[in-house]
Amino acid sequence: MTQAFRNSDGGRIDRGKRVSFTFDGQNLEGFAGDTLASALLANGVRLVGRSFKYHRPRGIVGSGPEEPNALIQLGVGAHTEPNTRATQIALFDGLVSESQNAWPGVGFDVGAINNMVSKAIPSGFYYKTFMWPAAAWMFYEKFIRSAAGLGKAPTEPDPETYEKRSVWCDVLVVGGGPAGLAAALAAGATGARVILADEQSEFGGSLLASRDRIEGRDGADWAGDVIDDLAGMPEVRVLSRTTVVSYHDHNYLVAVERVNDHLPLGKRHGPRQRLWKVRARQVVLATGAIERPLVFAENDRPGVMLAGAVRTYVNRYGARPGNRAVVFTNNDSAYRAAIDASDGGIAIAAIVDCRAQPEGALVRLARERGIEIVAGSVITGVRGTKQVSEVEVATLTQDGSDVAGARRSIDCDLVMMSGGWNPTVHLYSQSGGKLAWNADLATFVPATAAQKSREAGAVNGSFSLMAALAEGSRAGSAAARDAGFEGEEPAVPACDAGPGDGVLALQALWDVPCGRKGAKRFLDFQNDVTASDVALAHRENYSSVEHFKRYTTTGMGTDQGKTSNVNGLAIMAGLRGVDVPEVGHTTFRPFYTAVTVGALAGINSGPELLDPVRKTPMHHWHEQHGAHFEDVGQWKRPYCYLRPGETVKQAVDREVLAARTSVAILDASTLGKIDIQGPDALELINRVYTNNFATLKVGACRYGLMCKDDGMVFDDGVTARIGENRYLMSTTTGGAPNVLNWLEEWLQCEWRDLEAYCTSVTTHWAAIAIAGPNSRRLLAELTATDLSNEAFPFMTWQDGEIAGIPGRIFRISFSGETGFEVQVPASYALALWRALMTAGEKYSITPYGTEAMHVLRAEKGFIIAGQDTDGTTTPYDLGMDWIVSKKKGDFLGKRGLERPDTLRDDRKQLVGLLTEDPNEVIPEGAHVSPSPHSNKPVPMEGWVTSSYYSPNCGRSIAMALLRGGAGRIGETVAIPLEHKVVRAKITRPVFFDEEGERLRG
Amino acid sequence: MLLIECPHCGPREQTEFTCGGEGHIVRPDPATATDAEWGHYLFMRKNPKGLHYERWFHAHGCRQWFHAARSTVTHEIFAIYGIDEPPPAIDANKAGSR
Repeated sequence: MTQAFRNSDGGRIDRGKRVSFTFDGQNLEGFAGDTLASALLANGVRLVGRSFKYHRPRGIVGSGPEEPNALIQLGVGAHTEPNTRATQIALFDGLVSESQNAWPGVGFDVGAINNMVSKAIPSGFYYKTFMWPAAAWMFYEKFIRSAAGLGKAPTEPDPETYEKRSVWCDVLVVGGGPAGLAAALAAGATGARVILADEQSEFGGSLLASRDRIEGRDGADWAGDVIDDLAGMPEVRVLSRTTVVSYHDHNYLVAVERVNDHLPLGKRHGPRQRLWKVRARQVVLATGAIERPLVFAENDRPGVMLAGAVRTYVNRYGARPGNRAVVFTNNDSAYRAAIDASDGGIAIAAIVDCRAQPEGALVRLARERGIEIVAGSVITGVRGTKQVSEVEVATLTQDGSDVAGARRSIDCDLVMMSGGWNPTVHLYSQSGGKLAWNADLATFVPATAAQKSREAGAVNGSFSLMAALAEGSRAGSAAARDAGFEGEEPAVPACDAGPGDGVLALQALWDVPCGRKGAKRFLDFQNDVTASDVALAHRENYSSVEHFKRYTTTGMGTDQGKTSNVNGLAIMAGLRGVDVPEVGHTTFRPFYTAVTVGALAGINSGPELLDPVRKTPMHHWHEQHGAHFEDVGQWKRPYCYLRPGETVKQAVDREVLAARTSVAILDASTLGKIDIQGPDALELINRVYTNNFATLKVGACRYGLMCKDDGMVFDDGVTARIGENRYLMSTTTGGAPNVLNWLEEWLQCEWRDLEAYCTSVTTHWAAIAIAGPNSRRLLAELTATDLSNEAFPFMTWQDGEIAGIPGRIFRISFSGETGFEVQVPASYALALWRALMTAGEKYSITPYGTEAMHVLRAEKGFIIAGQDTDGTTTPYDLGMDWIVSKKKGDFLGKRGLERPDTLRDDRKQLVGLLTEDPNEVIPEGAHVSPSPHSNKPVPMEGWVTSSYYSPNCGRSIAMALLRGGAGRIGETVAIPLEHKVVRAKITRPVFFDEEGERLRG
Repeated sequence: MLLIECPHCGPREQTEFTCGGEGHIVRPDPATATDAEWGHYLFMRKNPKGLHYERWFHAHGCRQWFHAARSTVTHEIFAIYGIDEPPPAIDANKAGSR
């Protein structure tokens, strides 16, 4: 097919640069400067998709972001993207596009049977039909889901890259039409830092689609000159192909720049898209307006288009969407489109105008050209399945509620409709600005701004070029002034947009009568919502705006109702017998147009960049020695070290046994460490732990439990007294930042009289735990420090040199074995680790991971804060009454622990569980039930918090939080699992060496 | 996203801060507070539509706590003041609804 519908001259395409592309497998040609939509129209392609619900044939309706029908599956393989609008896809060589929602093809679509049975599937069909029985939804759902949806998501990972930038500016101008350009010029001239963003490839907005003249030049040329001027201003940044998609609090706006989407894959450099996060002192919204369709019978036939869109295709792209058009309007603007279309080679068969006596400069101009005007009339039907072939016209009755008289048929292959214009108030409304109904324009316009923003041009309902330029200049100057920049407001450039520019003289026409029953009058093309669906919603009392929207799905498609919302509100208002503002409007939500997830993620994707990965200094060694890692917060910690041929369970058992029989070492560097100094450091520590630290001597350390002020356990760890006024507090791995913040909060907000300073030294010191009966012997080989029980008792620490490395030795243990923890500056940690491994060879030294650490501590009944506690667990619930000081004064949690609720004896309390079958390891999180076979929901009285196989006990062990558990030792409880019920005996939560002889040995 | 004027660092993005909730909550004397008073201090918080005096922490900045008077409706911040300062008088109408 040649470009049979392309004019030989005119427009902003480059006829010297041919561009090849495919649509549904058909090879086609367009020109540089085309969009996919304009190229398809130039090639005579009219049918571009099937509708969502009824699978009706659909064609291109608009020319920009408002397009409801021409949704395209763009690209192939990993690069494919569904639901892209043909009207916004820049054409490039090799572009591959496909229609959506049709099988086997857009020409013959099996799903179109939905159209014939449409009476059986009205609005709310799914809600009514698939409501009961509730369980049946599981069955229906997969069929409904597969029948719904438009394009197909790619199945492969996205090979593209994306990036994000945060910027600030004095004035952000949104929209590069005449108003936006004038605003940017005025603001930029003051020296203010200005960003001008526009979604199109070329600046000029409506100027690109018109034949308006400014300062004696073609409007588009003027726009190009303004961009050149702006480029010469050092503080001005101009962003094309950049859609400002959302407007948040405190003038924070987000924009997406399509950096490479307009280029063939082989010619792309850098990120595909860039997300701009803009903080603006002042904002000028020059977002324009979107034309409104008319809701008449069969208005969804391919070839029924917005009048302004036809004007755009003819003027900007030299493409004719048809050869013989009927115009249907309720206002003057469509006459300008008709005249331009006529000049572009489209015969205007008639202008059907619902107004009885249209009189305006543009009406007169059309009449002078001999175009027939059928006044006081409406289109009552459109024929032609895959393309319009004729329309039927009838006269409106006096009150406009019906049609009368003979019907007249007019042949045509194109219908240009205009129901007026809706200002693009999306961003304005997102900013919190209030809208007001303008009865003359029959639409919502900005009324009271909520943020530091101004509106200029069509978004204000000011539709003339002169007004756009004037308002733009004024808004740009004022915005710069309010941002602190003085300057003369530039003179408004002289312009000529022809007679009647900006005049609508609109007569509201919402639900167009057709004198027939059952004719579909579409309101929302994308979601197949008709005027009768609105009537149904009203009959069923879904008449409030938010109910109506959801019941009919009006405005809930990927176009977010850019063409449908106001028509829907107005039709509902008519049914309710109230004015449109009384119905109100739904909330405009981000984003203005769809944003790819890739742009939002930027570079923060993949295992390394989604969230920072923290590694200990010994990480590489772990990797080389079979470590199987687990994530603990942002840290990577070895879970166990796998030897060749070993299973995870075998490795864990081996590591656990090694710690109890010889010697094993653990990389404990991730534990949180906080250095606390100052004359009141001790007082601070004494107030945040439940036990007494006042007696702690220099050189000693003590385990402490921390509660929130409600008495609930929050973190635990060992604190060592390093000097007179200096302490080293350790925390859980995951709790480190929270504990530091907690200390700061109390120091700064409540205990401002205390002088103490807290610094995180978590990554300054690496830590290695050495556990097992041979630990002392091993460490003694590497240090001169006397490690005997007498010289170095349990719960003390000393400075020392280990393998020639200065560090600190702590006699502490989380394994219940004789053990030491050695801390050295992080950069020496790997050397120390290697020295220990070498010296320990004769003891078969075994590195152990977090799972063995867990088993060892569980055997001893040591808790893990956050695993055996959950924010509703007190020290008493854990059976740790001994750690709550009865003597010292106030501390966090003291008063909370005296509340009646925390003293109840039927609280959930920590117990041990021994399963009847010693090899059965209960899954952690399993619930305990007093009657596991009762009807659902099965009653629950607690849950398993820790559960392991203990090779030292030769059986499974578990801990659970169980209602009244402390008083139920010896009872048998049931744990219902997916396919069986496990029984276990309640014990005290200690399973090994209850007296702690090994620990102190 | 809010732009918050840290009293020490100047205007910074909200993502650098942690909101500490309602400010000016007095911790009762634990030795004399009744269970009801202690429960009120622990659990009861205002949830106003409009003016709210609250605490913020510049967690990813200077790590200092401070107070803000903010509208929960428009998110306008009327005042930023020290953690040990009393709440300034703000015209409640100014903090009214959007």
